[in-house]
Amino acid sequence: MHNVAYHRIERIAGSVITLRAEGVANQELAQVTSSFGTSLARVIRIDGDMVDLQVFAGARGISTDSEVRFLGEPMKVPYSEALLGRVFNGAGKPRDNGPEVDGERITIGGPSVNPAKRIIPKTMVRTGIPMIDVFNTLVVSQKLPIFSIAGEPYNELLARIALQAEVDVIVLGGMGLKHDDYLYLKDFLEKNGALNRTVMFMHTASDPIVECLLVPDASLAVAEKFATEGKNVLVLLTDMTNFADAMKEIAITMEQIPSNRGYPGDLYSQLASRYEKAVDFEGSGSITILAVTTMPGDDVTHPVPDNTGYITEGQFYLRKGRIEPFGSLSRLKQQVNGKTRSDHRTIMNTMIQLYASYKETLEKQSMGFNMSNWDQKLLKYGQRFEKEMMDLSVNIPLEKALDLGWEILADCFAPEETGIPTKMINEYWPKKG
Amino acid sequence: MASIGKIIGVNGNLIRVKFESAVSQNEVAYAKLTQKNKDGKSEVIPLKSEVIRIRGDYAELQVFEDTTGLKTGDEVEFTGELLSVELGPGLLTQVFDGLQNPLPKLAEECGFFLQRGKYLKALPRDKKWAFTPVAKAGDVVVAGDTLGTVPEGVFTHRIMVPFRLLGKWTVESVSAAGEFTVETVVAKLKNAHGETQDVTMVQTWPVKMPIKAYEERLRPSKPLTMQQRIIDTFFPVMQGGTFCTPGPFGAGKTVLQQLMSRYADVDIVILAACGERAGEVVETLREFPELIDPRTGKSLMERTLIICNTSSMPVAAREASVYTGVTLAEYYRQMGLNVLLLADSTSRWAQALREMSGRLEEIPGEEAFPAYLESVIAAFYERGGVVRLKDGSTGSVTICGSVSPAGGNFEEPVTQATLKVVGAFLGLSRERSDQRRFPAIHPLDSWSKYEGIIDSKKVAEARHILANGVDVNNMMKVVGEEGTSIDDFVIYLKSEYLDAVYLQQDAYNEIDAACSAERQKYVFDKVYTILKTPMKFSEKDVARTFFLKLTQSTKDWNRVKFDSQEFKDLEQSIFASVKEVSANA
Ligand SMILES: Nc1ncnc2c1ncn2[C@@H]1O[C@H](COP(=O)(O)OP(=O)(O)O)[C@@H](O)[C@H]1O
Ligand SMILES: [Mg+2]
Repeated sequence: MHNVAYHRIERIAGSVITLRAEGVANQELAQVTSSFGTSLARVIRIDGDMVDLQVFAGARGISTDSEVRFLGEPMKVPYSEALLGRVFNGAGKPRDNGPEVDGERITIGGPSVNPAKRIIPKTMVRTGIPMIDVFNTLVVSQKLPIFSIAGEPYNELLARIALQAEVDVIVLGGMGLKHDDYLYLKDFLEKNGALNRTVMFMHTASDPIVECLLVPDASLAVAEKFATEGKNVLVLLTDMTNFADAMKEIAITMEQIPSNRGYPGDLYSQLASRYEKAVDFEGSGSITILAVTTMPGDDVTHPVPDNTGYITEGQFYLRKGRIEPFGSLSRLKQQVNGKTRSDHRTIMNTMIQLYASYKETLEKQSMGFNMSNWDQKLLKYGQRFEKEMMDLSVNIPLEKALDLGWEILADCFAPEETGIPTKMINEYWPKKG
Repeated sequence: MASIGKIIGVNGNLIRVKFESAVSQNEVAYAKLTQKNKDGKSEVIPLKSEVIRIRGDYAELQVFEDTTGLKTGDEVEFTGELLSVELGPGLLTQVFDGLQNPLPKLAEECGFFLQRGKYLKALPRDKKWAFTPVAKAGDVVVAGDTLGTVPEGVFTHRIMVPFRLLGKWTVESVSAAGEFTVETVVAKLKNAHGETQDVTMVQTWPVKMPIKAYEERLRPSKPLTMQQRIIDTFFPVMQGGTFCTPGPFGAGKTVLQQLMSRYADVDIVILAACGERAGEVVETLREFPELIDPRTGKSLMERTLIICNTSSMPVAAREASVYTGVTLAEYYRQMGLNVLLLADSTSRWAQALREMSGRLEEIPGEEAFPAYLESVIAAFYERGGVVRLKDGSTGSVTICGSVSPAGGNFEEPVTQATLKVVGAFLGLSRERSDQRRFPAIHPLDSWSKYEGIIDSKKVAEARHILANGVDVNNMMKVVGEEGTSIDDFVIYLKSEYLDAVYLQQDAYNEIDAACSAERQKYVFDKVYTILKTPMKFSEKDVARTFFLKLTQSTKDWNRVKFDSQEFKDLEQSIFASVKEVSANA
C-alpha cells in the first residue's frame, strides 16, 4: 500500500482538512496525528491531487505539519457476539473502558438491499400502548420516528418500547445525547436486564461532530450483520435531528450550496439510505428502526422532520406526554391489523373520527357557543378517550384496549351515531345490563 | 472510436474525467474501480456513468453507483452510446432498477444486497417467442412499421422496424412463423443507398429521447376511469392525459397510485418507483401475481412492469428511472395499447437533479433547484399523449406524477412547474388525511381540464353544495350552531353526506375499494337526487341524527355488490327514509 506519511496540510476548516496526495481513494480512511493525539479521518472529496478529509475527532489542534497516513481501506467496525453489552463511540472505539473487540471487520454504509428480496412485513410488535397497538400498530421491520420537542419523554418512550418488543438484539445509537440521557438509557436497560443483548454506539453533545455522523452507519452495519445471521434486531436512534445538523455543519464547511434552511440538497437521500436499512430478510432476521426526531420550534415542516416523514413508514407524534392521534401514522398497520381481531379496524377508524369531532366541539365550546345534545356526547367521549386510551401510563394488551373501545363508545353514543357498519354493531356492540 | 479517459476528481457521485478523443453529452461510460475481492485479489469493477457536462478536455460524469474507492488516475471507458433501454418481448411482469437491470435476476446472482458494477441484460436471451410474420419481402417500410408479432401474455407484441432507422426501407426477407429468441434475426431490410439492416426482436432506444414513430398526436378524448369516485366523477382523467397528485407525506399519494395501478382502465401499467420506499414496491411485487385482473382473467402482473429505484438505491439512477419508465410506455404505445405510467415521486427525481446541479456548482434557482427544472419537467410530461399510428390504430401514454412538496407547501418549484403542464391536478390535503377522509384529494382546490363519465352540469352542482357546506361550517364557527338557520344547517349536513358517502372511498374494503363507471353513474344519480330533495326537520338535532343514519346506510350500500339483492334492499330503505323527511311529501 502507499504507506507514505504526508506532513503538509494546505487548508483546515471546521473538521475538514485538505492536503496534496496521490493515489488516494474516495472514502478511504486516514490516520491524522497531531501533538494532541491521533484521530481517524476519511476522504470526502478529491480534486486533482487535492484531497479533502473529514477528521473524526475534529480539526482542533491539527497543525499544517501534522502527519497524515492513508490506510488503504474505507471505514469499518468490528463485529462479533462480544459487542453485546458494550459501548462504543461513533468511530467504533470502546468508550466503556473495556477492551477492543476482535472480530470480522465490516464495512459501514454498505449497499442497499435488493427490493426483490424483501418481503411484506407481517408481524405486529406489541407495545401495550393503545395509541400504538390499536391506532398505529408497530410492525417488525418498520422504520418509524418519534416526532417530538425537547423536554418531552421521547427517550423514555423509546426505552419502554424497546423493552416490550421481544427482540434478540437492541442496537442503541446516540447522537448528540445529553450525558444524563445516555446514562438514563443505559441504566434503564441494565435495570431491566436488557443490557446484555444491547450494543451501544454513543455520541454525546460534547463529542466531536464527525463521530455523530458515523453513529447511524456503525449501528446499522452491526444490526445488519446480526439480522443476516437470523436475529431480530431493534435499532434505536436518538436524535436524528442532531445527525442532520452534523451533516449541515460539514456541508457548510465544504461550501456546498444549501437547499433549505442551510441543509444540504441530499438530506433526503442521506436520511433515506439509513432508514431504508430496516428490513425483514426472507428466511433470516430483521431490522426494525425506531428513531427520535426532535422538531426545532415544534415545526413539522422543518426540513428534518419533513424529509423524515417522507422516508419513514409513519411517525408517532409525542406531544404533551401523549401520542397524538392526528399526525401519528403507522403506514404498515394495515399489514397486520386485519389479522388481529375483526373489530380492530372498525374501532381504530371510528374512535379517531369521533375524536376529531370532539376536537371541533371543543373549539365551539371555547368560543362560548351552546352545546347541543350531540356536543355533550362528544365531550363525554373525548374526555374518556384521552384519559383511558391516550394517556401514556395506560399499559394494556390490544384485545383489552379494543374491548375498552367498545365500552367507551357504548357509554357515550347510540350505535347508529358511530357510523359503524351494522354487521359490526350486531357482533360487538355491548349489550345493555 | 469510443474514447478513454482518466479520473481527475471525485465528489460524491460526480467524477471529473480527462478524456482523449471526442466524447458526447449523455454518453455512457464505465469508471474502472479496482478493489480487493474476498481472497485479497485485485479485481476491476466497471461503474456505469453518464456524461453530464463537458468543458475543454475534461468531462463531468454522474456515476450510477456508490463511488467509494475510486481514485484519481483510474481509467474511464466511454462507450459512444447514449443511456438506452432494451425494447422487445419479455418486458412485462418484470421488475427493473432505474437502469433496466432485472432485480430478481440480480438477487439470484448476488443475494440480499445489490452489488455495484453488476449489470444484466433486461430481456431474457434464452426464452423463445412464437413469431408470426406480418410484412413480406418487397414491402416498403419505415421506422415503427410492424414486421411481425409475438404473443406476450395477453398482448400481441409488435416486432417493429427499429425506431432509429431513417427513411424508407425495403423488406428483403422476413422469417416464416416459428419460435425464436429475441436476438434471432427475423427480417432483413435494405434502403435506397444499398445499406442493409438485420432486424432482431430486440432494439435499443436512448431514454431521454421520445419515440416518435407515429403519424400524429391527437387530443385526449376517451375517459380513463380509475374506479375511484372522486377522480372519475369530479376530477376525471383521460387516456393520453397527464395529471399530478401532490401532497404532504402521509396524505395518500402512494396508496392512490396503488389503487390506480389495480383499477385503471388501461392495457398496461408501468410503475416507476422513484426514490421512495422499497417496501411499497414490494407490496405490489408480491401481491399483483396473486390478484386477478377482471379485464383479462389473468394475473394483474401480466399487464404490469415495475421500475424500482427506491430511495436508498443510487441517486443518479433515480433520474434515469423516470425516463426508462416513459420510454417503455412509449414502446407499448407503438403497439396501439393504452399505457398508464405512474411515477412516485417526481420530486425525488427533481432532487436528484438538484444534487447533481449542486456538485456541478451551477447557479442555483429557487430552493437550490437548477434553473432548467421547469423545462425538464415540461419535457417529461410532454411524452404523454394519444397518438395515431401509421397503421391507423391509436395508442396512448397517460402520465401520473406524484409530487412531494417540502413542508407540504404547493408553492414550491416542483409542484408549480408540474401544475403548468398537466391536465389535471389532484391535490392531496393534510387536513383531509388527518380526518381520515380518504382518498384525501381536496374537493375544492383540485381541478381537471378533462371530461368525465358524469354530466358535468350535475357535477358542478354537487361541487357547489360542497362549497356551500364549507361556507356554512365556517360561518358556524363564528356564530355557532344556534346562530345558523336550519336551512343552512341542512346544506351543511348534505355536503358532509356527499363527502362521506361519495368522495370518500374505503381502499381497504373489498367492494368499496373499486367503484365501476357503471356503478358510479347509478350511485351518483341517486345521491344527486337525495341532495336535491328539499327536506324538512323540526330541529337541528333531528336533522343531524337523520343524516348520521343516512350516511351509515349509504356507506353500507357502498359495501355491498352492485345490483345484488342486498344492494336493492338497501337502496329501498335509503329512499324510504329520505321520503319521510322530504318537504314535498
Ligand atoms: N385511500 C385510502 N384509504 C384508506 N387509508 C388510506 C388511503 N390512502 C392513504 N391511507 C392511509 O394513509 C397512509 C399513508 O398513505 P401513503 O399513500 O403512503 O401516503 P404518501 O405516499 O402521500 O406519503 C396509508 O398507510 C394509509 O394508512
Ligand atoms: Mg408515498
